[in-house]
Amino acid sequence: MNGETLYPRLEPLLAQVQKPIQYVGGELNAQVKPWEDVAVHWALMYPDAYEVGLPNQGLMILYEVLNERPDALAERTYAVWPDLAALMREHGVGQFTVDSHRAVADFDLLGVSFATELGYTNLLEALDLAGVPLHAVDRDETHPVVVAGGHAAFNPEPVADFVDCAVLGDGEQVVGDVTDVVAAWKQQGRPGGRVELLARLARVDGVYVPRFYSVSYGPDGAIAAVTRTRDDVPARVGKRTVMDLDEWPYPKTPLVPLAESVHERMSVEIFRGCTRGCRFCQAGMITRPVRERTITGIGSMVDQGLRATGYEEVGLLSLSSADHSEIGQVAKELADRYEGTNTGLSLPSTRVDAFNVTLANELSRNGRRSGLTFAPEGGSERIRRVINKTVSKDDLVRTVTTAYANGWTQVKLYFMCGLPTETDEDVLEIAELAVEVIRAGREASGRKDIRCTVSIGGFVPKPHTPFQWAGQASAETIDSRLRLLRQAINADRRIGRSIGLRYHDGKPGVVEGLLSRGDRRVGRVIEQVWREGGRFDGWSEHFSFERWTAAAAAELTPLGVDLDWYTTRERGQDEVLPWDHLDSGLDKEWLWDDWQEALSEEEVADCRWTPCYDCGVCPTNGTEIQIGPTGRSLLPLTVVGR
Amino acid sequence: MARQPDGPPPPPTVQKLRLRYAKRGPLRFASHRDLARALERALRRARVPMAFSAGFSPHPKVSYVGAAPTGAASEAEYLEIGLAQRCDPEQVRAALDASLPPGIDVLECVEAAEGTGSLADRIDAAAWRVELPGVSLAELAPAVEALLAADVVVVEKRTKNGLRDVDARAAVVAASAAEEAGCAILHMVVRQVTPAVRPDDVLAALVAVADLRPPSPTRAVREAQGRLDDSGAVADPLGPDRVAGARCQGEPAAV
Repeated sequence: MNGETLYPRLEPLLAQVQKPIQYVGGELNAQVKPWEDVAVHWALMYPDAYEVGLPNQGLMILYEVLNERPDALAERTYAVWPDLAALMREHGVGQFTVDSHRAVADFDLLGVSFATELGYTNLLEALDLAGVPLHAVDRDETHPVVVAGGHAAFNPEPVADFVDCAVLGDGEQVVGDVTDVVAAWKQQGRPGGRVELLARLARVDGVYVPRFYSVSYGPDGAIAAVTRTRDDVPARVGKRTVMDLDEWPYPKTPLVPLAESVHERMSVEIFRGCTRGCRFCQAGMITRPVRERTITGIGSMVDQGLRATGYEEVGLLSLSSADHSEIGQVAKELADRYEGTNTGLSLPSTRVDAFNVTLANELSRNGRRSGLTFAPEGGSERIRRVINKTVSKDDLVRTVTTAYANGWTQVKLYFMCGLPTETDEDVLEIAELAVEVIRAGREASGRKDIRCTVSIGGFVPKPHTPFQWAGQASAETIDSRLRLLRQAINADRRIGRSIGLRYHDGKPGVVEGLLSRGDRRVGRVIEQVWREGGRFDGWSEHFSFERWTAAAAAELTPLGVDLDWYTTRERGQDEVLPWDHLDSGLDKEWLWDDWQEALSEEEVADCRWTPCYDCGVCPTNGTEIQIGPTGRSLLPLTVVGR
Repeated sequence: MARQPDGPPPPPTVQKLRLRYAKRGPLRFASHRDLARALERALRRARVPMAFSAGFSPHPKVSYVGAAPTGAASEAEYLEIGLAQRCDPEQVRAALDASLPPGIDVLECVEAAEGTGSLADRIDAAAWRVELPGVSLAELAPAVEALLAADVVVVEKRTKNGLRDVDARAAVVAASAAEEAGCAILHMVVRQVTPAVRPDDVLAALVAVADLRPPSPTRAVREAQGRLDDSGAVADPLGPDRVAGARCQGEPAAV
């Protein structure tokens, strides 16, 4: 428990592994605080490889927020690749933080951010490498409190046996509350041991402690009831929502790795939440309401971040960035400010409309025009009504053609396959659309070298969405529709050679589906898969579908359920869902009604611009939509390289 | 006809600076690509007025000379940068050093003198110091002797095109054994050849000639790079620029 560095013992191992730089820390803007100076020590983990985890905004935000507190420190840890893990086991070196190479086991808390469920086996690997008991009930007060966060934490039941708490919603404020509780408990001499600490944490708004809730199952395999085992914990746990993003301008000094990462740019979150109402989108449902950062707030974060990092590109991040109420002005004024500085601005485009092309033109006027991305998500107008992502085929073709005409040579279109009510025809329309886009694009741009890439993945129904009741399409269905789509695209080579198709087979989606909508019984499957060597399940070279199906058969059959029961089975209105006692603010009745409207292909409008349709979030959480326009504009700045 | 960027072409290079930097401590695990990324970002943070290449993805004018392998530390890495405005070399050095993480340390910066040839032409050998923890001088010394006594020592090395046989002995200009705090130290001067003979390859040669197998990973530091002079020493590659710079002082601008 002393926070001593493991580096002298780790260093000889690093000479023997791939990409050792990912384990040495020392990133620009990394922080190292003396162990003894603070009361509460947090290890923050992103349960995937360093190159994926380092750019994660959530982790970076909490790292700064916690390190700003005089009574706390936070260091980061990532999943180690199997080559180093084997050497660490051989030489008795535990899971370590990259900042000071301290043992994760020495920390008071281990916070793990789950952006995807496929990181669960990496959590078990990290706990095992750290020497922390896998099961929360086996831990005592010398072990870190394992806290899950991130979007997957809205149904933490599959990892309920392995985590001590799950935190729902925005992390900025709740990490402070948790730190206060831990600091007080330690200062008082750890009264009541670990159970008392967890009970105190369970009373913090937004913190769920699974061990204080018991789950019983009915004869049909479904959950009969979830009941709390103590009176002093809430019957339902609500989520946390940060209001006024301008007050939380994090990360102020983003981490810049030496190693290559998946995002070689800086990101500024321009708003949080989304009310577009896309029915497949868990992020859009659980992060409501929309809270915008103001244009001036964005401007100062971009300026400060660029100065602190030296990055050449800034991504304006959110779930649907073109929807910011002042995005046109933000784009223009930032492009003005950075003109002539070799600074690129980018927008993760999601919506399909001509305005997006105008914006992209503006943002790229200082740099090159290569690729533009749109996400129609559904292949046919019918299926787009089902998922509530309404855009007509004509508008789609017109928008993409405009992009080609404006000098963009590559357009990427994102789709999903296996959506509720989907037929082969819905998916085959993607091919028609792509062909038409290329034909019209060649005509409009007068060039033959334009390309369209269709990127398509299997849809996984997620908790807290209107599709939480849907039966997931089987891997066979997905694979057969993708095969048909490929054939259709290649039918006419003169057009087909300008169309790329990128897809994932359906199998990983089935496992993601099991983990997304699983209950506590799925924990046994995760543990078994990990024991059989399962790690890095998000990486195709490490993922083994057979390992998952074998473990699911072995662990679930004795309980009277199976993989299909969790994935392809449609749920009824009255079924108790594993996450019903976790409150995202969305009213379950509203979700059910929206599910029914999806089935009858009815759309719902965005509540930012139309009257409230009572999804439940604002009144439940005492929050409200926060949007502009503010009417303000960016102040002139002296800029690097002017 | 490809689309061309609007506006005037980027300003030309008005000054070339040559820098020596070190990679030390944990940052010896940085690869050449990692270092290049870090340096280019640091140049932006330090607001060095870089010259850029033309086109839609302009790149700052930076050229690297002979990077040390991943895992090896170095006191003598070199690069050349092109500036769009004249700057005082020492101010650039200090500003860049302050913008880099500790462990990548900019040690020297001089203005490239006209007509003295390229930096790459001034480097054809490197001096190395390799620590061999767990090996004694009594073990290392005869192994080094055996290596020097051999005419050819072929070792297998992994290259981009698969395994290749390389004569490690031919590249070794000088080698000697020493000891510090009970740890054997191999000092050597190695000529730059293609494919490269690196410290690991020389260590493999010691296995071949004397079956010297260090019990734990070794640590290599490149101490100098430059042209081999007649006495077998490595000359300072920035020397000619320094000599020319002393003769003629430019008008420096502030960074």
